[in-house]
Amino acid sequence: MAEQAQAADSGPRPIVPFLKLGPNPHLEGLKCSCGAIFLDPKRVACSKCGATSDSFKPIALSNKGKVYVFSVVHQSFPGIKTPYVTAIVDLPEGVSVRSNLIDVSHEELQKNPKKGFDMPVEMVTSVVAKDREGHDVVAFQFRPCK
Amino acid sequence: MRNVYVLGTGMIKFGRYPEKTVPELGGEAALIALKDAGVTIKDIEMFACGNLYQSNAMVGQRILQQIGQTGIPVINVSNACATGSTAFREAYFSIASGMYDMAMAVGVEQMGKQGLLGGTGGGDPAYSTEGKLGSGLMPAVFGQAGIEHMRKYGTKLEHFAKISVKSHKHATKNPFSQYRNEVTLEDVMNARMVGYPNTLYMCCPTGDGAAAAILVSEDKLKQFAGGRKRPRIAASVLTSDPYTDRDLTLPDVNTLTRRASKLAYEKAGVGPKDIALTELHDCFATAELVHYENLGLCGDGEAGEFIDKKGGCHPDLGGFAPVNVSGGLLSKGHPLGATGVANICEVVWHLTQDERAKDRQIPNAKAGQAHVIGLGSACTINILTI
Repeated sequence: MAEQAQAADSGPRPIVPFLKLGPNPHLEGLKCSCGAIFLDPKRVACSKCGATSDSFKPIALSNKGKVYVFSVVHQSFPGIKTPYVTAIVDLPEGVSVRSNLIDVSHEELQKNPKKGFDMPVEMVTSVVAKDREGHDVVAFQFRPCK
Repeated sequence: MRNVYVLGTGMIKFGRYPEKTVPELGGEAALIALKDAGVTIKDIEMFACGNLYQSNAMVGQRILQQIGQTGIPVINVSNACATGSTAFREAYFSIASGMYDMAMAVGVEQMGKQGLLGGTGGGDPAYSTEGKLGSGLMPAVFGQAGIEHMRKYGTKLEHFAKISVKSHKHATKNPFSQYRNEVTLEDVMNARMVGYPNTLYMCCPTGDGAAAAILVSEDKLKQFAGGRKRPRIAASVLTSDPYTDRDLTLPDVNTLTRRASKLAYEKAGVGPKDIALTELHDCFATAELVHYENLGLCGDGEAGEFIDKKGGCHPDLGGFAPVNVSGGLLSKGHPLGATGVANICEVVWHLTQDERAKDRQIPNAKAGQAHVIGLGSACTINILTI
């Protein structure tokens, strides 16, 4: 156990707790008995129906979804490379998630935004930073389905 | 609840005042409003002060330390961009409830050249999600609100751009506006893209500013108005974001505005057709477009057509249902805490034919509304009638 803990400690870290790493990286939500799904793992109650957290069950979310809307970020904080596409992706379980949309032409999307709507996309992961303790930090992105 | 009236208003020109402090800016606006009302700080029984960036620093009390420490109750309000309008509502309630007869609301902010708002911060920057899990910056958030309208109704970039042209044109008549330059459709369309579809001229500038209002009961109105007609606050509504499916991922600025609008029209006993002017929260041109529908100025899906027919334009420009004749946040600037009170000042000036709105006066204005959205989210709508 101690060895495993040590191994996990030296490994990559997810950028947000709802990203689960390992051989099959995926997102994990909390599903309330009313059907609402949340991405924050430490929630105390359901903001849709008011049920407390004992009504929640973890739910593994699909790696595939569809783009609902997007924007192209041309101006950002120092150190953030622009332009890039930010997108709201609807997952089939009924929850939406936000991340970068990669492997698309932002010029084309700006010229013809319709191309973005309902675009089938799949989740991929990549190392995006190194934290203060030297761990790789992994984020997820979406790209058009191959 | 008792009737509440706006006896006086004050506003300083929005701009950059690096040489002044927040209490100085707020104090200046308060003194103008007190003079306009024909009262002094000694007549004020309660003071609600809206400020965001110094919300832990007793701005209201520091204003009184500038203009008169009378020992009255002061509350400091913070509610994102709806900060000033929420302070106004607190002052309204203090009189409507019967507790007080004269109250002051001040909204004040000093932002300097602070740039993009929103995003995440704190902790190890490696775990900051901005730019790594999309963007929480305001241009992207409100860009997506516009894109959602494009998706639903086929709205074009030109529609958003026309709003910017209209509001910049309006601002040329408002000496209180930070920017007073006209822009053409080409200027707007070809300007630097900030967050698609919002180009530079479709994004509001930050800035410094302050605005104030003196609110009174009917008794005090009779005592101090001296025959001057003063608008009644026919509705003062505040909503927060109810649960909707995507709200926690993509802030839903529509549902809480629609709810506030319905409540405000019901309470005031008026409808969109009775509203002579609307000051609405155009932090971005995309936001203004969706609020045309949210406030019932046109039907769902009709905002593009509304714009093409000059809806939202001042009657002097051949328009109807005028929106943001002050120039809106796009030109006037958006000192967060000041905005919600400044919008109310603008409505008051048209209802009372105040000379501060003389070059942009909406003729025969009997009712007007001021709408604000604070992302996170809060929505206020104040309807004033005369």
